[in-house]
Amino acid sequence: MSSTKTSRIGEETRVDKVNAELVTLTYGTIVAQLCQDYDSNYQDVNKQLDKMGYNIGMRLIEDFLAKSGVGRCANFRETADMIAKVGFKIFLNVTPTVTNWTSDNTQFSLIFEDNPLADFVELPDDGRAQDELWFSNILCGVLRGSLEMVQMQIEAHFVSDVLRGDDTTEMRVSLVRYIEDEMPPEEE
Amino acid sequence: MAAASKAAIPSSSAVLGSISTLNNPSLLKMSYYFTILSPTDTPLFNIAFGTSKGGGDGIARFRFPETAQYMNQFIIHSSLDILEEAQWTNGGMYLKHIDTYPPAAAYITAFLTPSGARFLLLHQPPNLPSSTSSSSGLGSSSLLGTAGSTTRASSSSIAANPTSPQTEEAVRQFMNEVYENYVKTAMSPFYKQGMEIKSPVFRTRVTAAGKKWL
Repeated sequence: MSSTKTSRIGEETRVDKVNAELVTLTYGTIVAQLCQDYDSNYQDVNKQLDKMGYNIGMRLIEDFLAKSGVGRCANFRETADMIAKVGFKIFLNVTPTVTNWTSDNTQFSLIFEDNPLADFVELPDDGRAQDELWFSNILCGVLRGSLEMVQMQIEAHFVSDVLRGDDTTEMRVSLVRYIEDEMPPEEE
Repeated sequence: MAAASKAAIPSSSAVLGSISTLNNPSLLKMSYYFTILSPTDTPLFNIAFGTSKGGGDGIARFRFPETAQYMNQFIIHSSLDILEEAQWTNGGMYLKHIDTYPPAAAYITAFLTPSGARFLLLHQPPNLPSSTSSSSGLGSSSLLGTAGSTTRASSSSIAANPTSPQTEEAVRQFMNEVYENYVKTAMSPFYKQGMEIKSPVFRTRVTAAGKKWL
């Protein structure tokens, strides 16, 4: 599927809209509450966000496929395009840039110019959050969860975040393997 | 407080007229002290800065010695009663100049947010060596013409006259810009209502707003 066609699907798929600030504030509150609940243990917060995202992704993929009407991707490059130009476009109305491919086409980066989850956010100035908390880590989980449901085991993590003072917000996504159809164990 | 002893200021307008006609713009740099108070009078944010317009260096030079900077807070807080009277007089958030503290020539301008946070700006003209020498009392209309360098004088007119319409407009712009940034800061999920605003980003933005408008 050509890249422009992919973009068009993202543009044309109409979804019910919700106020961006509602999303931002809701998500911000969740993260702030997690930080409080985990006593500012940011590794645990990251883990928890990822887990929440994973659970979202497992459901969201069905919704995504139904709304966008797209079929199976031929390769991982196409998958990446689909994530950036259709998935993020539909659900967050942003289109991250897909870049930094490895030569074997199994790893890429998503660069977010605009991250609606992180509007207004300033990380706590306790000297650790800046180094340890990945504020938007839920997105990694969402990708992991949704791709797992379509037979792709991936690993996703943020490598930089403007909230931490980096120049860009970048997520690294690597394909671990295609999950082969597993036959149910034979009945004895 | 030797600084305050220069002249018992009779009424603000008379003195202002004389300040505005002074020819040396370097003497017209105002010092500002800006405070945000929560609805329960807890100070959330403080910053001191000076005039940046017309070649000002943006450094505050108050009349109090360094050791007595608490006087600014003292004066600002003492205007809270007047603010509470003034806040119901009109529907606007910007209350303009509400209070003057003559012994220190300190002028207080106020801005209220709908949720009850108070933005207070204290401005203090510099200590003038001979504050009544060249008085001609022409008022603010003389601002543009009299000073040696027209551009510098007009751009420093904010500093020259704390109650002139230009100043009020400039302060309004400043307050609005700070308000906008205050809202953004208050929207941060890690900021709790009523907590001191420690965000360096906010401080930078207030400084920038001060540079831009005052």
